[in-house]
Amino acid sequence: MTGQSGSQRRSTRARLTLSQREAVYAYLFLLVPLVFFATIRFWPAIQSFRLSLFTWHVDPARRVFIGAQYYQEMLTNPVFHRALTNTLLYALITVPASIALGLLIAILLQAITTGRGWYRAIYFAPYITPAVAIAWVWGWMYNVNFGIFNRLILSWWDFVEGIGAPWLAIDPQRFLRDPELALPAVAVVIIWQQLGFQVVIFLAGLQGIPRVYYEAARIDGANPWQLFRHVTIPLLNPVLVFAVVITTINALQLFDQIVNINFTDQGGPLNRTLSIALYMYQEAFGRARLGYAAAVTVVLFVLILAITLIQLRLTQRRVEY
Amino acid sequence: MKRLLTLVLAIGLLYSFSTSLAQTRITYWQYDFNTRIEAMEQLIEQFNAANPDVVVVQETFPYDAYEQRVAAATAAGQGPDVVQLFYGWVAAWQRAGYIEPLPQEHIDHAWIEDYFIPMVESVKIDGEYYGLPTAVRALALFYNKDMFREVGLDPEAPPQTWSEFVEAGQALTIQRGPLFQRIGYGPGGQDHHLIRTVLMNQLGTPPYSADNREVLYDNEIGVEALRTWTDWQLSDEFAVFEFIPGAGGYRDGFINQENIGMIVDGSFAIGQVRANAQFDWGVAELPTFENGVQSNFGSFWMNAVTPRAYENPERLEAAARFVEFVTSEEAMELWLEVVGELPAARRLVNDPALLADPVNGPFIAGLAYAEATQFVDEAAQRQVMIDAFNRVLLEGMDPAESIMIAAAADQALLDAFAND
Repeated sequence: MTGQSGSQRRSTRARLTLSQREAVYAYLFLLVPLVFFATIRFWPAIQSFRLSLFTWHVDPARRVFIGAQYYQEMLTNPVFHRALTNTLLYALITVPASIALGLLIAILLQAITTGRGWYRAIYFAPYITPAVAIAWVWGWMYNVNFGIFNRLILSWWDFVEGIGAPWLAIDPQRFLRDPELALPAVAVVIIWQQLGFQVVIFLAGLQGIPRVYYEAARIDGANPWQLFRHVTIPLLNPVLVFAVVITTINALQLFDQIVNINFTDQGGPLNRTLSIALYMYQEAFGRARLGYAAAVTVVLFVLILAITLIQLRLTQRRVEY
Repeated sequence: MKRLLTLVLAIGLLYSFSTSLAQTRITYWQYDFNTRIEAMEQLIEQFNAANPDVVVVQETFPYDAYEQRVAAATAAGQGPDVVQLFYGWVAAWQRAGYIEPLPQEHIDHAWIEDYFIPMVESVKIDGEYYGLPTAVRALALFYNKDMFREVGLDPEAPPQTWSEFVEAGQALTIQRGPLFQRIGYGPGGQDHHLIRTVLMNQLGTPPYSADNREVLYDNEIGVEALRTWTDWQLSDEFAVFEFIPGAGGYRDGFINQENIGMIVDGSFAIGQVRANAQFDWGVAELPTFENGVQSNFGSFWMNAVTPRAYENPERLEAAARFVEFVTSEEAMELWLEVVGELPAARRLVNDPALLADPVNGPFIAGLAYAEATQFVDEAAQRQVMIDAFNRVLLEGMDPAESIMIAAAADQALLDAFAND
């Protein structure tokens, strides 16, 4: 018996070509992360959909099936609507702004040779700084009575009064305490933090564009804008798509920065900085409503999936060299 | 090689068998807070020495991750046997199944009601106690005596009424142009309790009906409580919410920056003030309105047993014995010394020496008339009150309108709980 199957195995192995055998090994190695993802990611995702149909209790036998009741609650819950609106606003502000600024800085950095590494490191530093530290520092800068921004506003006030143009003066702002300004103020922090990531990605992308295209275009008489519009942008497209998708997903999942920047009233004032992820967390662990929170995660998942698919459709055109 | 492995396995098995026969191992959870961990370590050491058949192990977690850990661990059948939680969370935790009633066969209700101060009854649900505290806290006014002297106020005569409080606050305030350099009063983490429990009770109505089914502040009293508090910032201009950023910003401003003259804080802040304040400070009972009615907000962290302790009778008995131990008078005295929180036993609270203490005294005095407001959904009910004052402070809404919105939202939470 043993001998027979052994010889069979040998003959199968002999029939596989080298590349086939390599593929088998590749799949074998891929199996490990696959099992990991299946148990750590996919299985809980399916579980959270199941949870969203029940009231929460630690003992599964005491969870009550309530169908789509939590989804109906979301339709009428004003706090959920506020969190959803805020999240979309975060995405609409931070994605275009951080990509435009990141690209601009990357192009400028590419133009210089001395100290490029240093600049890159400086721009990247916020990205690897813990959100708690960032929130703390920005919290002070935005502080109404002691923050640098209101100090600057008051200096400006003195200046315009000095030159006899007091109508140019601006009042000190409440920033994070102002229901209208709080979200943009937090968005600025997020843009600042993510900028370094964009710069590094775009720099890599720019360096991957062969110089010959620029030279050829210049010989044809293209001006800098035309070079940018017709050479850089199309050739940078894969990098742009990647950057847009990643930043959008980040914006839709915002949590750390918001939690830390307003500790006494997380997501406040008046829920104006509340994101979906924070809302979900508060419902789950502040109010022990894990069923409802699970329903919110399902909605967030569908939202991210839909937006990502649309973005890929719109931005992933074939690049012709 | 094989023989060695067998030997190791055999010894291991034997060891675990013998220890499991002899000892019940239970786990205690609380959140990270240096002095609390230290006090509990000492208590556990004493308990383990006196109870050789039980081993208690303490595990702690950062405050922000605490509820998350409890939810995940209990759902997985893991986690603590005895867990510490804020009394306000009891309704939500009980409903989610994170905690079970204290076993009456081990912990007698008549004993509880005789031994503890009445505040403990706020965690009795459907005739069952869900936990017992080692320590309780009340609110008091901390004030900077040096700052009082500087502006010509008598440092030994802190404000006794809210109007004196406003006068003192305005005297302490320094404004530069449109911005504040220093404020008389720093509202902070405890102020939603100040409005809901203290001001409303002082004006004559508790915030909720005795059966906790009805909001009682949808009237002039609610309006007056909210207006009094928001006026300190809007018209009296000596208070600024979030003057200093951060979770304990108000306390930081009082202790370290020395740009806040007075704060209302819990007895749990005593340790921090004592350790860090570089100036002469004092503690006073909370001011009252002209009617002289006193009120205070009492609260506590409590020790509860989990479904895990109910897994078998030995664990449950051990858990109950441990709860009794950490709520004994000896434990309370140790807790007062190490953490600074007030004891929860009637006899200790009535100790004249404690009442005469210049720092603990005002808290102990406050405890005598303190209410531990019952919450059905503490996180959401806290938000209701924070939103109520923010609508007035930030959107210019009239307190009368804002408190009605709050009362309706609060009533909806009570209804949702009752109908569940």
